[in-house]
Amino acid sequence: MIWMQNLPLWVALPAALLVVAGSTLTLLGTLGLVTLKSFYDRLHAPTLGTSWGTAAILLASMLVFGWTEGRLVLHELVIGIFVMVTTPVTLMLLGRAALYRDRGEGSAEVPEAPPEPAPAEQP
Amino acid sequence: MTRMVPHPLLSLGLLAMWLLLNGPSLGHALLGGAIALVAGWALSALEPERLRLRRPGAMLRLFGIVGLDIIRSNIAVAGLILTRDRKGKRRSGFVKVSLRLRDPAALAVLSIIVTATPGTAWLEYDPETGVLLLHVFDLVSEEDWQHLIRDRYEALLLEVFP
Repeated sequence: MIWMQNLPLWVALPAALLVVAGSTLTLLGTLGLVTLKSFYDRLHAPTLGTSWGTAAILLASMLVFGWTEGRLVLHELVIGIFVMVTTPVTLMLLGRAALYRDRGEGSAEVPEAPPEPAPAEQP
Repeated sequence: MTRMVPHPLLSLGLLAMWLLLNGPSLGHALLGGAIALVAGWALSALEPERLRLRRPGAMLRLFGIVGLDIIRSNIAVAGLILTRDRKGKRRSGFVKVSLRLRDPAALAVLSIIVTATPGTAWLEYDPETGVLLLHVFDLVSEEDWQHLIRDRYEALLLEVFP
């Protein structure tokens, strides 16, 4: 990593701050995943990592490689977009599975299921 | 034109992705363009209706608002985890919001916004009644969240998606 020593301060400093901020947020997210008490609370913690945790690390990568390659490096944006677009799929899957389980057990803490659509009238 | 490019937004997006991943060059522009066209035809077999967007101004405003909200809620949730839930005073809960949005693409965008913002999780949407069930990490008042979703995001989404 010799070339890293040639980074000017105005690139190295914000990149370092972004990496530290991103990894700290991700760490806090995993910490929450371990320590929070209810399943629905734990759903929220990892979204720290998938939002600004990812974004800050990607921004730092764009900054550093943009400077060393001397051009605009944008393909990190694709990673960011895919992470943003796919997280809701897993989150909804987990959330709805938990709702289904809790309703099946008759838990009083979750709201009731929406009413079944009225059956179509027989001709 | 419509027959050749049934889904112009999808094709443009795919071409942009192809060029971002492979680096811009004429060869890749042609190859990526061909793939984007074929993907557009494939999608038109599955989903004949073309996605329509209006009011780029409202779209930009939505991006700005969501960007700010994501930063703000990242800080808020990180703070709550660090302070051990304000020493146990945090209360989480479910919130029901009845939505006016019916367009599937607009609902998908709303679900991305809600999920990308730490502190809110999209749990269930009932297409019959249009009621969305959210779980909120730090619930102070249900009404505040209903207003936030309806006035801050849904109103703009209704402008963008006709």
